[in-house]
Amino acid sequence: MQNFKHKTFPKGGVHPVENKRSAGKPIQVLPLPVRVVIPVVQHLGAPATPVVEKGEKVVVGQLLAKSSGFVSANIHSSVSGKIFRFEGHMDASGYKHLSFVIDRDGDAWDPSIDRSEMVRENIQGSREEIIGKIRDAGIVGMGGATFPTHVKLNVPKGKKADILIINGVECEPYLTADHRLMLERGRELMVGIRILMKAIDVEKAVIGIEENKPDAIALLAELADRNLGITVQPLRVKYPQGGEKQLIKAITGREVPSGGLPVDVGAVVHNVGTTLAAYEAVQKNKPLIERIVTVTGKSLKEPSNFLVRIGTPISDVIEAAGGLPDDTGKVVLGGPMMGKAVSKLDIPVTKGTSGILVIPEREAHRKPVQPCIRCAKCVSVCPMGLEPYLLMNLGQHQLFEKAQQEKVMDCIECGSCSFICPADRPLLDYIRLDKLRVGELIRKQKKAVS
Amino acid sequence: MNNIVLYTVISLSALGGLAAVILYFVAQKFKVVEDPRIDEVEAILPHANCGACGYPGCRQFAEACVKADSLDGLFCTVGGNEVMEKVASILGMEAVEEEPRVAVIRCQGSFEYRPRTSHYEGIDSCASVNALYTGDTDCPYGCLGLGDCVEACDFDALYMDEQTGLPVVVDDNCVACGACVEACPRDIIELRKRNKKDRKIFVSCMNEERGGVARKYCSVACIGCSKCFQVCPFDAITMGNNLAFIDSDACKLCRKCVPVCPTNSILEINFPPPKVKKELKTTVKPGALVPDNKKTEENAGDNVPGKESE
Repeated sequence: MQNFKHKTFPKGGVHPVENKRSAGKPIQVLPLPVRVVIPVVQHLGAPATPVVEKGEKVVVGQLLAKSSGFVSANIHSSVSGKIFRFEGHMDASGYKHLSFVIDRDGDAWDPSIDRSEMVRENIQGSREEIIGKIRDAGIVGMGGATFPTHVKLNVPKGKKADILIINGVECEPYLTADHRLMLERGRELMVGIRILMKAIDVEKAVIGIEENKPDAIALLAELADRNLGITVQPLRVKYPQGGEKQLIKAITGREVPSGGLPVDVGAVVHNVGTTLAAYEAVQKNKPLIERIVTVTGKSLKEPSNFLVRIGTPISDVIEAAGGLPDDTGKVVLGGPMMGKAVSKLDIPVTKGTSGILVIPEREAHRKPVQPCIRCAKCVSVCPMGLEPYLLMNLGQHQLFEKAQQEKVMDCIECGSCSFICPADRPLLDYIRLDKLRVGELIRKQKKAVS
Repeated sequence: MNNIVLYTVISLSALGGLAAVILYFVAQKFKVVEDPRIDEVEAILPHANCGACGYPGCRQFAEACVKADSLDGLFCTVGGNEVMEKVASILGMEAVEEEPRVAVIRCQGSFEYRPRTSHYEGIDSCASVNALYTGDTDCPYGCLGLGDCVEACDFDALYMDEQTGLPVVVDDNCVACGACVEACPRDIIELRKRNKKDRKIFVSCMNEERGGVARKYCSVACIGCSKCFQVCPFDAITMGNNLAFIDSDACKLCRKCVPVCPTNSILEINFPPPKVKKELKTTVKPGALVPDNKKTEENAGDNVPGKESE
């Protein structure tokens, strides 16, 4: 039921079929993999610098690579065993990145990690200590963007955040990892929110949840009553509500300026997965070594939610969900709207892998491109208020400077335009090309200035 | 009535005369003296406006030539030495001769040699695919086959071969403007020295993987075995990143490196077909009935190309 009293972002948006097949499936722990592949780049920013060598024995939670620079993140071992190789290994794009290949041997954990089930409510340590612990744990944005969390928590000087927004929207169809996390780890999540509130020094936190998850809304609202400053905000179902800028607009009514950061309007947004990881890092001393992954698809035998160690090959995860169906046409990492198709199945689950979606052959292909009929549906659904048809034309005619003037860099690549287009035009493809070229232009201009 | 006409003619003539005087002085004051040689130089230039010289168009290049103290660094690749000679004579400077160059495609990964492992359905743009993933083959270095270079070429010097899925350079049309080099996101196009009869020898591969891996992607990949490096008598070949590179300025086209390549990744183009020689050898063999004909064969193989280049 659509409740029109509930908030949502005003501009654009689409309503893809939800297909949340795994919503009723509790999180299961995936059997430990035989071999993991842990890349040194699992985040936005500089690759981490390795601190262990080939042949060395490591335990769960041991530091493998140290962050190199401010925008970078630590990488930890997710299994115990021997480092078999340190070499280039394919990631989701097929390109090779330096990765640790570790043969698992038992499951020995770093003794400093608290593995008990007990929820530790008391938050100790100063703001700096909390951010330091989160940085050491290598936590990145787990909604998929993988931006290092400690960078977001370090509010730049001269700016002041007044609200923390927790993103439990999960607007992508099929995905249920965040939904299950909110249902099953609610108490820990609350502590995590309090930790983040302390880290960015705000009094107020709002959890944004779409109303297609009434059980999560009810549970978290009940828990939030016991925590000062935390409230739950149910939101109307609309894609891409989980986008940072859309969520801020929906909850606070503030609009992040073009080219600006959320903190410019006093908001900081973190995903529920990131929040839980922050709880585990600060209270349990546990680095980011596992995450919840939804494995789903129309023809998949058992769509499920798994707790997966980072570095597990996605083929293992699909196997645990009943194996790859015969009619598979495409395997996508992430959701169907923004996810990325992969060409190999031996690529590892990384910090940003929120879901593995198996698409049957009959739905895996694009339809033939037809001429634009000027219906302007792409304009009306664009949540950023851009004109996708125009940006596509500019891309086709290589007018990238014009595209820059038309604010192509504001595009969040949500894919609503390509989704809605009745002529099946590849709008987002060309917009991505625009962004690539405009990015080069901007870098060139910056070089010329300096 | 007559008076009105008269007054009008007089007043308008006076106004016109006044405006003419003002305009004359203004024109004197704001006169732009343009070197007439700019027009002369521009008239000689090929008017391709391709930007290969580094200037937006031929006019700007002409201006730069006239302003410059020497023609060093100023070269029109489309017109070549001939045009630059004329430009130099107008400006009374000395032309700097440059070797004519031609684009070559350094990838042989056709459908036959490089297995397709996935199916790409997005827009026909190499830059777009390159940003997404390795392309429909596993090779992260090879040609993506969607023709960004063909689109960039203003001279009809490139076309896509549908049999192989690779671009082909039309040597006669190529003016070495470098637009394709810029357009290729994988940097597989190189401008090489244009030899006599457009003969070329080059390593047609950019794969920097180790041999075994490279072979898995593509059966004609350079595996970095350095056999060509060892055999080259002119030190024209350098090895780096598991890849051989033939310097087109140092290469004397002796073709010694071509037969030693175990993966046939060194290409020779526009040479007389080597098959003829092999046939000759085979006709010699049975006729001569030399017991150790293996040796003579080796010798023949070594000598013939060397002689030819001299």
